[in-house]
Order: sequence, then structure tokens, then C-alpha cells
Amino acid sequence: MRLIGDQVKKVAKLANLPLSEEEIVKSSEQLSKILDYVDQLSNVDIKNIEPIFNVVGSSNVMSDDTPRVSLSQDEALKNASQKKNGFFITKGVFEE
Amino acid sequence: MNDDLTKLTLIGTLEALEKNEFSKEELNHAYLGRIKELNPKLNTFLNVQESSNGIPAAIKDIICTQNIVTTAGSKILSNFLPPYNATVVEKLLSQGISVIGKTNLDEFAMGSSGENSAYGATKNPWDLEKVPGGSSSGSAAAVAADLCTFALGTDTGGSIRQPASLCGVVGLKPSYGRVSRYGSIAMASSLDQVGPITKSVADARQVLEWISGPDGYDSNCVQNGFTIKDLRFKNNLNGLRVGMPKEYFGKGLDSGVEKVIREAIKKLEDLGAEIIEVSLPHTEYAVAVYYIIMSSEVSSNLARFDGIRFGSGREDFGAEAKRRIMLGTFALSTGYYDDYFAKAAKVRTLIKQDFEEAFEKCDVIVGPVSPTVAWNLGEKTADPLTMYLSDAYTIPASLAGIPGLSVPCGFSDGLPVGLQILGKYMDEETILNVGEVYEQNTECHLRKPNIEGLEGVGGLGNE
Amino acid sequence: MSKYEPVMGLEVHVELNTKSKMFCRCSADYFGEKPNTHTCPVCLGLPGALPYINEKAIEGCMKIGLALGCKVAEVSRFERKNYFYPDLAKGYQISQYRWPLCVRGEMEVVGLEGKRRIRINRAHQEEDTGKLSHIGGVTLIDFNRSGVPLVEIVTEPDFTDTAQVRDYAKKLQQLFRYLGVSNADMERGDMRLEANISVRPVGQKELPPYRVELKNINSFRFMVAAIEYEIKRQIEALERGEKLTQETRGWNEEKKETYLQRSKEEAHDYRYFPEPDLPELRISESEIQRIRESAPELPWKKETRFMSEYGLSESNAKILSESKEMAEFFESSVEDGRKLGVGPRQIANYIINQKPDISVKVAEKIKVMDVGVIGDIGELGRIAEEVISENPDLVESYKKGKVTVIQALVGAAMRKTGGKVDAGKVREILEGKLG
Repeated sequence: MRLIGDQVKKVAKLANLPLSEEEIVKSSEQLSKILDYVDQLSNVDIKNIEPIFNVVGSSNVMSDDTPRVSLSQDEALKNASQKKNGFFITKGVFEE
Repeated sequence: MNDDLTKLTLIGTLEALEKNEFSKEELNHAYLGRIKELNPKLNTFLNVQESSNGIPAAIKDIICTQNIVTTAGSKILSNFLPPYNATVVEKLLSQGISVIGKTNLDEFAMGSSGENSAYGATKNPWDLEKVPGGSSSGSAAAVAADLCTFALGTDTGGSIRQPASLCGVVGLKPSYGRVSRYGSIAMASSLDQVGPITKSVADARQVLEWISGPDGYDSNCVQNGFTIKDLRFKNNLNGLRVGMPKEYFGKGLDSGVEKVIREAIKKLEDLGAEIIEVSLPHTEYAVAVYYIIMSSEVSSNLARFDGIRFGSGREDFGAEAKRRIMLGTFALSTGYYDDYFAKAAKVRTLIKQDFEEAFEKCDVIVGPVSPTVAWNLGEKTADPLTMYLSDAYTIPASLAGIPGLSVPCGFSDGLPVGLQILGKYMDEETILNVGEVYEQNTECHLRKPNIEGLEGVGGLGNE
Repeated sequence: MSKYEPVMGLEVHVELNTKSKMFCRCSADYFGEKPNTHTCPVCLGLPGALPYINEKAIEGCMKIGLALGCKVAEVSRFERKNYFYPDLAKGYQISQYRWPLCVRGEMEVVGLEGKRRIRINRAHQEEDTGKLSHIGGVTLIDFNRSGVPLVEIVTEPDFTDTAQVRDYAKKLQQLFRYLGVSNADMERGDMRLEANISVRPVGQKELPPYRVELKNINSFRFMVAAIEYEIKRQIEALERGEKLTQETRGWNEEKKETYLQRSKEEAHDYRYFPEPDLPELRISESEIQRIRESAPELPWKKETRFMSEYGLSESNAKILSESKEMAEFFESSVEDGRKLGVGPRQIANYIINQKPDISVKVAEKIKVMDVGVIGDIGELGRIAEEVISENPDLVESYKKGKVTVIQALVGAAMRKTGGKVDAGKVREILEGKLG
């Protein structure tokens, strides 16, 4: 599986990663190499094999509906780079 | 005197404190002094807590500590002050443990050499030109250099066992679900486990008892507290069946390492164990499966780093983090999910079944932790794939969720070699027992690195 | 007749009224609270935090699913829906995709051409996002709502007119309130609607090769207006020979038109995969049985029963089953009436016309008034004549086809006589005179 520059750019956009042109070039090279390696999985017979998503194998792990104490507003905002009047702030987004 | 304190194991320290041989103040003073002296050489700690006043433990800096900066080795979190403690930290604090410092690591635990830290590489205490292994690089080096009584690390594909092996200390990756992950910054959620890095096997057992069990915050850790019981094997291993997977002794394994491992297995046999050859036929696919599943989970887990609620922007991720985010994003994207993620999840089943079948014939499985001893700093950084392959013996157990222990078993080229002991799911009891009997009947764990002597200068004059 | 017919499906999100959030135990009672005071490491998406399922939410989702005739899946899983937006703390929403909790139900709706069965594809569990507000070029974020449980109910593309869509949405709202799982207040955003709209030539069997998603509609009225606009827009485009494509559109209430929000090229790739932090759900038959048995009688069942059991008209039965409280009030009054010899229809009329407070002993009131009940047909005819001459506006609109105003005329007769007429009889007489 080879990844070309445009595909890498598309993936970078999906991943919200600001990559430089140089990083794009390097990425397509390295990712292609890793994907080539990974392609050996097509040699494995996986017919009728169920996937495993969680090795614990438990189910219905739930908590009752009793509220606990939340963080204070100060604690919640403590690590934010920008905040105002109890809100987090980010640059304007208007889509959606 | 001070130096003697820092050489004690955790159990030894607890006993000495019990007998009032020294105070906790003296203990912390000794460790803080040693850190001050050696950390500049080793770069094990990212921050040191001068206020430490309990049993001093080093905590990998991917585990959240309330109001102590937690960086995950990343530039993104250079100022992150968690408003909460990880469950494992809470559990330790309630046992009278204190955090003496946060240890260096590969950024977000992504790496096998410690070199992917935004805060510089950690050096191997046995040779400052060598890597300590990773990603729990600082934790393993800190234990090896006697800079703490014990340390916590995290293991996703080998990140406790491999640096423990390369630094000549004990490292335990518990069964997935044994220890709560709450507050341990996620790398790959279906694989991550917190575990101890210690000076002895008995220490690891003690720490596991402290940190294991449910907390109501990690849904995958719902029962399964580990409690210390009477040991099945004492002084010998009569009746133990030891599986030796032929796939762990093939090409890629350094001959010097192989020799040490085979001698260690011979020792197990001498102690009364029966050695049985077993097969784990899907081992060769483990690294590929791991890189798909792990990076897919990484791409999602690292999405929360958007610079809004904490940390800086996504441009501050290091090269390895970016690489894995890209790979994982691709593996999950439309048109590729079935070929990559879904397929890998199926091959993962086969790898787990390999172990289940092997464990029908044996009680534990042994082999090398790492195909080589510690390598030179910078040696593998240019080629990610080669770096990934250095985890080939630790990754399968991570995918299967079973516990794995690394025990010092000798030296090759003057560098430590670790024996990996794998157990059935939730059977840490047996692997710790086997490790302890082995340890008690061998000498190599007693050897300590001569860090002061490595550069011909250092703190010797202080003694 | 148009050569085209609409093909429509609906996605409804409803916020459950649990005490705590979906995956953490922060209070879910966030409305009107100070920003960022109902958060914790989990719903803020802080590094290291993990989700833990709220069992009450799962129960709420199953209540909804079962009421819609869905099957509860033997194995159900959460998945991560990955996308970037500042209100999405973790960079993914924990949702369900390949393994939803409830599948394959149906609901009967009434449209322009009578009744129609709408197939429900799924009712699944997920979590809400934070809330954004935009002021002076920056965006403010409040995460109090982040992680509040949401159930999403998705239909098959079975709607053929807007009356059906409206009836469906109204019925769902009524259902949520009956089940007590949500306040389902549209204005507060407890209930949100999204419609998928496309049109095809009449007679064509296959689904159109595109669909337009209408998002962020916060009232039933806007929804109907937006859908009608959209159907018209699409038909006109097709008639001009244009090719329509997949897109997302919003509703501009001022201009009364839909507008493009996102085209196909910009469509998200959500990269769903099973949420590794959460074990799967396996709901036992006995648990399903327990929820089924604890469920109240559903409004549409009640309505039918009121008609058959008490002989109520369809419209009265509908009014009295509209809310659970109203239905309970009616039935307890009927119970009282039984002892006092006051019939259910009298009680129904009284409640509907007099709108008494639910603390009122309706049957006793009627009994007291009943002493002089007017049963004489001639007398009733006179009263009807008076009502007709006194309400020319109502009469006119009745004659123009707005037959529901008959209820207002009956009400007028009631008021005129202090409730001493039999509403059913007066209604018949009025209808006779106006017909």
C-alpha cells in the first residue's frame, strides 16, 4: 500500500494535524513503508474469526445514577490558555 | 550510610522503617541527594518533589498527579497541572507512599528507547551512551540507579518490561483490567496497563497489591484486586511446567542474549521445572496487528489535545506522535477500516488463542524480553519500523491482555538481559512466584551499575 | 399533481432527564447554571479520564426503543465517532453505530392520506456536546452540557408528506413525556430534529441517489416550513434538469429558506471504531421483560381504549390521553363518577370544556349541576341556534372546512348553560344545523 502526497494531506486534514510540506513528504515515505509491512496480514486466514475489541470479556459495567461533586469553575478552567467570564475561549467558528 | 538506604528494596525499606532503623526524613533525604547528584547525568526525572515525605516512589510522567505538572513527555503538556490524581496515585498515597518525582518517557509513551521525549533522552545507568529502553525510560533508569524505592510505569506494547530488561530491574505488566487506568494518559486504551518497576520481584508483588483492583472509574477494571497469598513454590519449582515458544528464539534474536536466556531457562529446569516446547504460530503478525490497533486508538485518544481546555496546539506533537496519529487516522478511514482495523482485530483473536492453547500445556511461558541488549543512543531513530520490531517479544502478550514479568537474568556485552515470564490471564501470582524463586537462586540482580564511575567523575567524593 | 414525490426520514435526538451524565457522575441538571460548573475530567475530556456508563440512561434508551416496538440487541457496543469541533471535548463522541442498543421498530402516523406505518431503524445511546456561543469573533465554550445522555431515534425514509412528519415528531414528544425519560422541550433543546429529504419521480421504486440533511431545527413549525421549502426547491431543481447531491442544509427563519451548510466534498469521515474503554452491553431477557412491564400504557393505546371502554369520540379520547397526568385525572374522575352515577362521557366533556384544575372533584361537580341537566331536544335546539347566531366567525370558518371549531361552539353552549348540556348531543345538533 503506497500513500501519495495528496492522500497524506487528506489524512492530515482528517487528523487535524498541521504538517509542513517536508513532513508530508517524509510521512508518505514512512507510512508507505509501515503499510507495506502491515500488508502481511493479508496472508492470515481470518474466515469465521470473530474480532476481539476488549480482552476483559465483561459486559454491562454500569454505575447507578447518583451525581457526584464536579470540579469548581476555577479548577475546570485552570489549564485553559484563554478564558473569559467562566467560559473557555477559542477563535471564532461559525460553521454547523 | 545514605547510599545504603537507597540500595534497599521496597520490602527492605518497609522492614527497616518498621524497625526504626532510620526515619522517612532520612530516607527521602538520601534519595533526594542521590537524585541531585545523578539526575543531571541520566535525565530520569522531569520534576523532583522536594517535599516528598513518605516512601519515595517515582511516577512515570504520563500518570496524572494533582497539582504536579504532568507532561506525558510532550511539549503540548509542558504546563499541564492535573486537577486530579490517577487512581494508582491515590492508592499509593493511601499506603504512605509519596511522589518523589515524575519520570521521563517517550512522548505519550510512544517509543522503545526513551528518545522520543520532548525533554531529552534518558541515559542507561549501565552505559550513558546507551538507551534505557522505553517508553518507561525514566522509571526503569531511576530504579536501576537507586533514585527511588520503586517506580510506576505503563506498558502498552512492552513499555514496562523492555526498559526493565535493558536497565536490569524487575518490571511487571499486569493483566489488562487488573489495575485502573483512570488518570493514566491514554496511548492505546485496549492495551495500556499501569505496573510496577522495582528492585525485586517481591517488591513488584507488593506494589501490585497496592495499586490493583476496581475504582469505579475504569470500566475495564471491575473486580480482580490482587492479594498476596502463600506462595505455591518455595525454593524450588518442582511441578512447574514452563513453555518455551519456538517463535521467540528465531531470527532477529541476538546470540549473546539468546545464550543468557537459555542459561536462565536451564536454571529453571535445575530448580525442578519441566521445560516444554510450545508454539505461538501467529507471533510473526503481532507487530503488524499492534501497529494498526494501537495507532488507531492513538489517533482518537490524542484528538482531545486541541489547545482549548489545556495544553498547546497540535503542531506541538513530536514526530512519532504525528506518525501514529496519521497511521491510525488512515487505518480507520472510510474504505480502509475493514482492510486494516477490522482485520487486525481478528488476527488479534488468533494471537490470543495461541496463548490459550499454549497454556493448556504449561503454567508459564518464558523467553527473551528484548531481542538485543540496550543499543546506542540515536542508532534506530531514523527508521521507525526497526524500532517497532524491537518490541516483537513483548507485543503478543499485550494484545492477548496477559501478564508479563521481566526479571534480570544476566548480562551480555556488559549490559543487562531480562527474562520474560508470561502467565495466564489474571495469574500474576504464578509468574511472580516463579520470578521470585529464580531471583532467590541467582545472583545477577545483585549487581548494580557504577554510574559514578562511568565518566570517571561524579559523587564518589561525597561519601 | 406534481410529477415528483418526497422521500423523507427523520432523526430525532432527545436528551434524557437522568440525574447524572452519561459517562460521568456530574449533575446533568445544567440548564441555566453558571458555565463550566458541572464538569469533571471525564466530560471535560482531560488527559487520563475514562467513561463509565450510567445505567439509568441505558434503561431510558430501552424504554424508548421498546415503546417503539424495537428489539433490544443481544449484544450492543459503544463506538467512537471521531471529528474535531470545539464543543466536542474528547475529539470524539461516544455513540453507537454498528451495534445499536435498539433496532427495528415502527410507529403509526397520520398524514394527508390517512394512516401510515413508519419503520424505525434504531434507537441508540450517545452523549451530548458542550455549548458554543459566538461573540465578537470569538467562540465561548461551556461544557456543562457535555456528556449529558442523548438517545437518537432514526427512521427509515418512509415519510411521504409533512403532516406525517409532524405527527411523528409530536407523537415522539408525547411518548418521551409519558415514559418520563425526558421533558422533550424543543425550545430548551431537549429534543432536536433532523430531516433527510429527497424527491423522486412518482412511480419510481428506488431511493433517490442523494439526500439532503436538514439540521438544527428547533420547532415543529420551522421543521414543517423547512421541509416544505426543501421539497419545492428540490423539485424545481430537478425540473430545471439539475443534478442534486448529498449535502447538509440549515433553516433561515428570517428569509424562510434553507441554506447550504456542508457539501458532499466536505462531508465528515467519522472513523467509527469500537470504544475500547467500555465493555459491551448484553441485556438479558428478564431485564427487557422488567422494563416492558414497568412501562406505562402508551398514549395511542390509551386513546383507543378510551374510545372503546368509555365510548369517547376520537377527538376527545385524543385530548384526554395527551398527557399521562390528564389521562390519570380523567380515569380517576371516571372512577368517582361510577359511584355517583355520572358517566365517562359527561366527565370527558366537563374536563375538556371547563379545563378544571386536577384537584377538582369532577364527578361531584357534575352531580351537583346534574340536577338540572338539559335533555330536551327542543331546548337544546334553541341553545344551538343562539350559539350559532352569537358566533358568526366560528360558523364561517366551520363552513369553510375548519371542522375542528365545532369544539369551540360546543364549549360556548356549555358556558351558556353552566355546563348543563350533554356535549355529545349538542354537538350532533350543531353539526346538523351547520351541515
